[in-house]
Amino acid sequence: MAKPKVAFYWCASCGGCEEAVVDLAEGILPIVDAVEIVLWPVALDFKLEDVRGWKPGDVAVAFINGSVRSADHEMWVNLLREKCGLVVAFGSCAHLGGIPGLANCTTRDRILENKYLRAETVVNPQSILPQLQTRVDGHELELPELWNTVRRLDQVIDVDYYLPGCAPPPASIATAVQAILSGNLPPKGSVLAPEKSLCETCPRNRAKPEQFTIQQFRRIATSVPDPEKCFLAEGYACLGPATRGGCGERCIRGNMPCRGCFGPTPDALDQGTKFLAALGAVTAGQTQEEVATVAATLADPLGTLYRFSLPSSLLGRSVSDKGAER
Amino acid sequence: MAQERFEPRLVGFLCRWCSYTGADLAGTSRIEYPANLATIRVMCTGRVDPTFVVKALVDGADGVLIAGCHPGDCHYGEGNYKAQRRYWLLMNLLLQFGIERERVRLEWISAAEGDRFARVVRELTETVRTLGPLRWKERVEVVA
Amino acid sequence: MTQRISINPITRLEGHGTIEIFLDDAGDVERAYFQVPELRGFETFCLGRPAEEMAQITPRICGVCPTAHHLASAKALDDLWQVEPPPTAVKLRELAHNAFMFEDHTLHFYYLGGPDFVVGPTAPRSKRNILGVIDAVGLDVASRVIGIRRAVRQMLETMMGKVIHPVFGVPGGVSRGITEEERQRFLEIASEAVEFARFSLTVFDQVVLENKANLELVVDEGYQHRTYYMGMVDRQNRVAFYDGDVRVVHPNGNEVAKFHPREYAQHIAEHVEPWSYITFPYLRKIGWAGFVDGPSSGVYRVAPLARLNVSDGMATPLAQAEHDRMYETLGGKPAHHTLAFHWARLVEALQAAERMQALLTDADIAGRDIRTVPTATPSEGVGIVEAPRGTLIHHYWTDPQGMLTKVNLIVATNHNAAPIAMSVEKAAKRAIHGGQVDDGLLNLVEMAFRAYDPCHACATHTLPGRMPLVARILDRRGELLNVIRRDRE
Repeated sequence: MAKPKVAFYWCASCGGCEEAVVDLAEGILPIVDAVEIVLWPVALDFKLEDVRGWKPGDVAVAFINGSVRSADHEMWVNLLREKCGLVVAFGSCAHLGGIPGLANCTTRDRILENKYLRAETVVNPQSILPQLQTRVDGHELELPELWNTVRRLDQVIDVDYYLPGCAPPPASIATAVQAILSGNLPPKGSVLAPEKSLCETCPRNRAKPEQFTIQQFRRIATSVPDPEKCFLAEGYACLGPATRGGCGERCIRGNMPCRGCFGPTPDALDQGTKFLAALGAVTAGQTQEEVATVAATLADPLGTLYRFSLPSSLLGRSVSDKGAER
Repeated sequence: MAQERFEPRLVGFLCRWCSYTGADLAGTSRIEYPANLATIRVMCTGRVDPTFVVKALVDGADGVLIAGCHPGDCHYGEGNYKAQRRYWLLMNLLLQFGIERERVRLEWISAAEGDRFARVVRELTETVRTLGPLRWKERVEVVA
Repeated sequence: MTQRISINPITRLEGHGTIEIFLDDAGDVERAYFQVPELRGFETFCLGRPAEEMAQITPRICGVCPTAHHLASAKALDDLWQVEPPPTAVKLRELAHNAFMFEDHTLHFYYLGGPDFVVGPTAPRSKRNILGVIDAVGLDVASRVIGIRRAVRQMLETMMGKVIHPVFGVPGGVSRGITEEERQRFLEIASEAVEFARFSLTVFDQVVLENKANLELVVDEGYQHRTYYMGMVDRQNRVAFYDGDVRVVHPNGNEVAKFHPREYAQHIAEHVEPWSYITFPYLRKIGWAGFVDGPSSGVYRVAPLARLNVSDGMATPLAQAEHDRMYETLGGKPAHHTLAFHWARLVEALQAAERMQALLTDADIAGRDIRTVPTATPSEGVGIVEAPRGTLIHHYWTDPQGMLTKVNLIVATNHNAAPIAMSVEKAAKRAIHGGQVDDGLLNLVEMAFRAYDPCHACATHTLPGRMPLVARILDRRGELLNVIRRDRE
């Protein structure tokens, strides 16, 4: 029987998800024996024409990483959705929007201005900006259009499963691939990770006090985190309570608080506001002045609460930057 | 052609023990106040998840009222204090998104304060009328 | 007569890229353009964030060299908060950087760059990959590469929390140290790394230097550019990966600049073209003269060969011997041979491994004093490291609370943007005449591009070295005349 065909593709990606697959090390051997990889731009030859030539269903599964932020990405993911049986949103960017999703706090025009006109080292007396179409020395060149708003994958195409993490741990990649190959899958739309929050498996959970009150938020920059104590109880904005477990608590073991890359637990509509709800129960302050003072010590709520998930927040993007509206 | 006056759409989360009763009192006392507020009764303002407030704004509300018992009077002891802390954290967050603080108001209204309830609704309606419609979904490229 | 050849996509690049080649009426190459079709906007969307978060945000620029970004960021944060990490913390960061450098460099050689030499550029496509390498040098190689890579990456994960997107770098030090048990275990890994780096150089000897055709290719004029070079050096002007000053040398090898990281903006400027989202850095004092090399053009190169060119030598003994051997073969310093980047890469891998060993031999690296807490008010900071692919610059400005107000990043492969375009164009001109295009063209163009190791190395044991290329040949009216494909076998 022919081996099932598998495709990998990347949109606005850093390549870390590709590295995560490589980090399977010897563990990749049984997988590669069991499947035929028919698309993987980072590693294998492929052609757009080849993908266009696939019949729908030819390819069993496409693992797509990266967030979607250009016309070119949109074209590719629509094509893969059409041709592949299953689509898996691979990694935080495809699942939630990821760190490139932070661009939703600003606008495309602001990004272009800052990079090409105002940057410290750019010398650009004619104020040249990249153009969708250019004519240079008689030659026609094109660039794809960048969108103003970054999207996660299921905001553009239908997605069957989500593999969270920035990057997904190799063990969960191997488990997911085995599940897909054996047909042993949870209901469509499932996130392939535990349903409970990180705190459930956090090595510091036992030492967490039953009751604690954050008098003021602390920043790692100006303090030293205790290697054994619960970060939140110590006043660090650790998103563990609002984040799915399954990552192995690698950041915690590196003595740094969680930043939420696995995304929200199933019951939460919005990872950021859900975390705020939790904070309301453990922060100090009785009078309005006291409360306002404590709240002000949480630096950059937007960037902290939505580090990986801004495109997935209910609000979706900020409008405070001039020109952010469509 | 005369422009139609903008009528703000407001959502109110009112705690059952104090503020909702206070709102009822405004009604039975026949105190007039703008009809712009759609009320949602919760057992306590401590139940108000910031997610509710954001969802209201995203789904079409121009402003939100959260009203509960005065500090010290919460039927469950701590609920309104938590609401206050969540409120301040949320306001700082909404500012970064470009939503004005004045759109979301936290108030303490007791069961006996029907007139206070009416005044707060009047004030919030006018404040939001001046700010203008939020129309969040139109303003962003939000995908359902 | 054919007019335009589109190579889309380029692969084995972190991100996306395309090459457009235009032919004149005689069918010879008129111009070639290397286009980067994407921009994510890190320097803008970081504004308003707390500066210390950059150590975790900037690695998401590149998941292959996140450690380089993480450490450049940590150094920028040290500078921003005017704080000096304790010696143990510096050693830990330097250890992480060297371990990562070793792993990344050797990966590139075996899976991406190496096959072209090991099996030869004109070998059948089916052989120009790791399988061909195995045929040439034996079955052991693949499992050794996978094994040593796994060991080093697990070591990095223990040290840094995560190996893809580290977390341990903070202003004034690191968040986690290593135990004495870990130090001893890692020291064994470091010794294996040194052996593996030496072995890799003997592989290079056997399949390149002792192979006449390959050696001729390396020294071929068609793969040379006489550019300026830039790289970091220590106080003795030896190759430095983690810390030092930045040195620039003239195409003839003389030093033209040596500057402290804080002064980088006086020396580097960026040129903008409307047909690419990438900018093209050049030496400010020389000026932008277009996509040309030579002493009057500000174009310069970074990464392994450049680093060796700007230095007076390597910082470790075994690597130094290899360095001498390389320059003797190439006819002196500086060497302008683009394909010699592969050789220099292995010499660097050896230094990285030797540095790992030296750092781990020092028991102080398992010390407990790993952090100095900042007390100064932050305003501006610069951090520079040498990433595998070149000089990496992080520059942050903040308000007094340490919230970012401005960010400037010049990322390794960025410096090589103009050289890559030039190398590709030169290789294309060398190969395409009279409108004739064939598989040889595709590989020769790739080799010019691949030598720079553009930011993504990926390895599975079945990774074929086959670049997915399609050359679509259009006539003047844009009608399709021919399609040359590099098919997967």
